[in-house]
Amino acid sequence: MSARIHPLARVIAAVARGISGVQIRWQGCVPEPRQRIYFANHTSHLDFVVLWSALPFELRARTRPVAAKDYWQSGFRSFLAQKVFRAVLVERGTATGAAQDDGHSHAKGFSVIERLAEAMGEHDSLIFFPEGTRGTGEAIGEFKSGLYHLAKRRPDVELIPAYLENLNRILPKGEIVPVPLVSVLTFGAPVHGEDGENKHDFLERARNAVIALRRKGNE
Amino acid sequence: MTLTAQDYIPRGYSEFVWAKLDSRLLILFGGVLGLLVVSTIVGTVLNGIATGEAARRVTDNLNARIRAWWKMSAIFALTLAVGKAGSLVLFTLLSFLALREYITLVPTRRGDHRTLFWTFFIITPLQYYLIGVNWYGFFAILIPAFAFVFIPARIALAGDTEHFLERAAKIQFGLMICAYCLSHAPALLILKIPGYEGRDSVLLLYLVLVDQMSDVLQYVWGKLLGRHKIAPNVSPNKTWEGFVGGVATATLLGAYLSWATPFARWQSAGMSLAITIMGFLGGLVMSAIKRDAGVKDFGAVIEGHGGILDRIDSLCFAAPAFFHLVRYFFVR
Repeated sequence: MSARIHPLARVIAAVARGISGVQIRWQGCVPEPRQRIYFANHTSHLDFVVLWSALPFELRARTRPVAAKDYWQSGFRSFLAQKVFRAVLVERGTATGAAQDDGHSHAKGFSVIERLAEAMGEHDSLIFFPEGTRGTGEAIGEFKSGLYHLAKRRPDVELIPAYLENLNRILPKGEIVPVPLVSVLTFGAPVHGEDGENKHDFLERARNAVIALRRKGNE
Repeated sequence: MTLTAQDYIPRGYSEFVWAKLDSRLLILFGGVLGLLVVSTIVGTVLNGIATGEAARRVTDNLNARIRAWWKMSAIFALTLAVGKAGSLVLFTLLSFLALREYITLVPTRRGDHRTLFWTFFIITPLQYYLIGVNWYGFFAILIPAFAFVFIPARIALAGDTEHFLERAAKIQFGLMICAYCLSHAPALLILKIPGYEGRDSVLLLYLVLVDQMSDVLQYVWGKLLGRHKIAPNVSPNKTWEGFVGGVATATLLGAYLSWATPFARWQSAGMSLAITIMGFLGGLVMSAIKRDAGVKDFGAVIEGHGGILDRIDSLCFAAPAFFHLVRYFFVR
């Protein structure tokens, strides 16, 4: 199983852990070899690598990031995303269409969710940034609806909220050189879909689950 | 003019690697080893007789601290044995990690990113490089004069004026404490003390030993007798009993260690008194910063102790004082 991890991925993960000095806290769940969708706030290119490298070694080979196709599909970025980290590339914002009546966007949105569900298969987990883009780190943006549709499509999969702290200060959007501060990654208790809950309420609950993982001081 | 082979070797090279393993260095480390063995035995015995949850928590923390002391002593001994290069690498790393913990706690903004890059990757290593090439004049002013004007200038160039003065001041303060002040410890290695040539690393060990023993002794006296708090709002663990007991015993220890130093016995006592009092103030100041930021420790990398900066806060304050006392009175 470990043979599936690209050697460059290991190097990048080790460097990212060194730079981010990440302290990992499992609150409300433990690392387990079961299918999960880890969803977190997004402020830095380091987010995915740090989250991925925080998983126990044997889980990494089974965990893939979801990345925006428009950003990650060309040149070296494409090599990193597809060959090194086996990312699932999706068109941004299309999942919203899955719930719409308009035939075209419905089909397109549906196919994205379908592709994600397929990519997970029987064993793989996903790392998902439901804000859709990197924020400044001050507030967590509204969640896009992909998480909701995916959760409905794969009710058997556990949804784990995670909060990444300080990575926006270590490598903010638009910078290429990181400043090595200490970061904290907190995994929370699984969020379960509830019967009859609408999309908006579910997404708000998921977002609050991430926000609730922020620390007060350094408790 | 004729050149000899010696002229092709950079100045200061011979003293750079493999310090002569001075017998005093070995004896001092033998003493440290003895202390570690004794404290490990005491810690184990205390753990055995401790009953109740509160007592248990104290002994568990004590034993975690002792385990960490073993590791820290081993690392320090190894780098001292490698000589000037080893000490410089160790202290550069300590400055880097301390600064990391400090800046993590201090709010900076997006516009500070490039300034922080300079602080971590250019200014801090340069400070230690200057010790490496024995350039005292530049070492002494790099951070207080040049970084002092560079930091606000770089932030201004980035264009974000919100909390401008605060941000510039906080970064400069961190650089002063974590890099400038701390670098005065390995800077002892460039002092030329008449009659004490080649033994500078013993002096560095003396500083670290007295400073850290003072911390330990203040902790022990405070735990045994501590009643009257010195500054309850800043640090609930600092008591007058701990302070007086710790300073007195660490000063006695320093006086006893005069055989390893270029100082007479009374001079060594005076030096140790200065080290311990400055060290106490360092701990107090860094505690105030932690309280202000609403945290207990700067980090959690050293088991039982907290962060790097929690361990070396006293050294940051003691090192410049000790360095300049030695330089003023013992170097011509």
